[in-house]
Amino acid sequence: MLKYLNLALIQFSLILFAHTGQSETLGLGRVATENELKAWDIDIRPDGAGLPAGSGSVLSGEETYTENCASCHGDFGEGIDRWPELAGGFDTLDSEDPVKTIGSYWPYLSTVWDYVHRAMPFGNAQSLTDNDVYSITAYILYLNDLVEEDFELSNKNFSSISLPNENNFFHDNRNTLENKQFVKRCMQNCKPDVKITKRAVVLDVTPDTEIETEQSVPKVEIQEETASLNLQLVKDGEKVFKKCKACHKIGAKAKHGTGPHLNNIYGRIAGSLSDYKKYSKNIINAGNNGLIWDSETLSSFIENPKKYLAGTKMNFKGIKKSTDRNALLEYIKSIASSGN
Amino acid sequence: MSKKFASARRNFVIGSLAAGSTVFAGNATKATAHDDPAITELQPWASELGDGVDASPYGKPSDFEKHVIRRNVSWLTADPTSSVNFTPLHALDGTITPNGLCFERHHGGVAIVNPGKYRLMVNGLINQNTVFDLSDLMRFPRTNRLYFLECAANSGMEWRGAQLNGCQFTHGMIHNVLYTGIKLKDILREVGLKQSAKWILAEGADSSAMTRSIPIEKAMDDCLIAFKMNGESLRPEQGYPVRLVVPGWEGNMWIKWIRRIEVGDKPWHHREETSKYTDLFEDGNARKFTWEMDAKSVITNPSPQAPVLHGRGPMVLTGVAWSGRGKISRVDVSIDGGISWNEARINGPANSKSMHRFYYEFDWNGQQLLLQSRAQDDTGYVQPTKDQLRSIRGENSIYHNNGIQTWAVDRNGITENVEVS
Repeated sequence: MLKYLNLALIQFSLILFAHTGQSETLGLGRVATENELKAWDIDIRPDGAGLPAGSGSVLSGEETYTENCASCHGDFGEGIDRWPELAGGFDTLDSEDPVKTIGSYWPYLSTVWDYVHRAMPFGNAQSLTDNDVYSITAYILYLNDLVEEDFELSNKNFSSISLPNENNFFHDNRNTLENKQFVKRCMQNCKPDVKITKRAVVLDVTPDTEIETEQSVPKVEIQEETASLNLQLVKDGEKVFKKCKACHKIGAKAKHGTGPHLNNIYGRIAGSLSDYKKYSKNIINAGNNGLIWDSETLSSFIENPKKYLAGTKMNFKGIKKSTDRNALLEYIKSIASSGN
Repeated sequence: MSKKFASARRNFVIGSLAAGSTVFAGNATKATAHDDPAITELQPWASELGDGVDASPYGKPSDFEKHVIRRNVSWLTADPTSSVNFTPLHALDGTITPNGLCFERHHGGVAIVNPGKYRLMVNGLINQNTVFDLSDLMRFPRTNRLYFLECAANSGMEWRGAQLNGCQFTHGMIHNVLYTGIKLKDILREVGLKQSAKWILAEGADSSAMTRSIPIEKAMDDCLIAFKMNGESLRPEQGYPVRLVVPGWEGNMWIKWIRRIEVGDKPWHHREETSKYTDLFEDGNARKFTWEMDAKSVITNPSPQAPVLHGRGPMVLTGVAWSGRGKISRVDVSIDGGISWNEARINGPANSKSMHRFYYEFDWNGQQLLLQSRAQDDTGYVQPTKDQLRSIRGENSIYHNNGIQTWAVDRNGITENVEVS
């Protein structure tokens, strides 16, 4: 009897299968390989899930941070221009001007490791080794006075570190706290009178939105020099330039950013753009002493900025490969002369 | 007088000159007029040949509409590659946002993904870690849905008071698009969810490798893996070739250039759901996982970038309303700063979690107006005032400001962003 019942069930399910024409799956896609998972499955969780084996110290972190992070985030995590502050800001969250840093606001250290590893340095993402990321994370903890200078962070002690603001987050409570309050719909005599209390025009921070005339659109002129450019080199250089463009802009619409724009850099006296206000004293002095940017001086500077020009504010470790430098300069040459 | 104010006034003067021959003359009586050269003179377009069909293989708007563009506010962010621009709401009508005008927000610039190298990996708490290419995705059943996408920080600059003079800047981090794609739940069923699956992590292929945690209930509800917007392929800046659509929830979760979905049992607490997109309260505590976008509306005309140029008489007031929790059931409009309200007319597609268009036609007596709109969605929720929100949240929360907007229109039709008592 049992046997027949089984058979009947099987038949029933076969009929159902044929009737709906619907299998559980379509059979689309293919199996992901181990190496593919290794390449893309990089996320880290607060419980440490996903962390690779490795370690890095505050000491090694200082060097790695200075080379890779300080140009935007500042030597002490104070943030340059509008780039994010990474350190400090303690006891400011309930003030009028809250400073949300890793130390003051971020709930989990795993978020730091995950984010630095996946997205930093800006414009050169996923170029850091696992140990670099441990080092930088350790150094950021140090900048926030959360560890001592002899601290070393590793996958083993990682989950023992908690950040001060972890417990000050709560789940969205709009449905219980707010939404039931917002159901009344007054139609008449809703208030006795009305006065204007604030005006945006007083602040005057809205971008000008007048219609742009054709004259105001910069024209890109084709330079004779273009003929002598090595186009493959220009293309390669464009890729190298990604390391620069977080700070430096180039081309017809380029404006100063953290660093000066690079239009017409060739033949420019170092530190000489009067509308760029953030030069170091040293680069202005070098310009006054006759430093003019050409292929040779630019190449030497970019190879190791701090060595070539001590005191420069350009926090960049340099481009060591001469082929990369040549390509970069060819690219800059191809664009630089067409702007402004 | 500020520069912007002056230029709006100048535009007004030009506008009133152009309209000079048609002075409004009261009830249904047409004004008398002189000969109009726009009619009596032969216009070049009525005589000469225009461009042929080969002149513009991909069409562009009229040259007269050159000012209708996305704009950014350079002081908001450190660098344009991790920044935002704004949809020109004041220049649009209907409910669909044209693809080239959909606001952009990215965190590492626009990724240019080669569709031949596009892959979607799904891994984690599933039966088999799987890779799909574009042609695989095209073989799942497709669906078409109209949804708004609003950045959680839309109107975020207005928490401390009226700041930016134009609805493009105060409310332009939104667009409304018809998506074609496949249901995320079809993909998750294809790979086979395990019992312990509670969350997914969506990850982008761009240089910020953007990630967000999404509860499995939402993933299995109405999320889409989309590859078309308004009928054509996604624009690069909107995630070409494939993006995630998370209807009604904050825009940051709609991962562009989506390359991977991991299925897990806990949220990941990544950067964009901890250090960002959390709502800081006055006492220093912060709300997290504030995904839904509350009902909201804004009057797009008149507004500071679209002053009233026609003088007193019949006026068409219009705007948009939306809710992350459903349909907009009603929009009310006030022209006296919220003392009295009138129901506006909703017209056009009225879909759940998508933008609705409303109109309110009235006779302007030429006196100062304080314009407000107030949306109500089909859950009964009524859009609150900014002060109601501030009394609960303080002024530091940046995100989720859906308070009622006020525009002041003066006797000349000049319109500005204000707040009222």
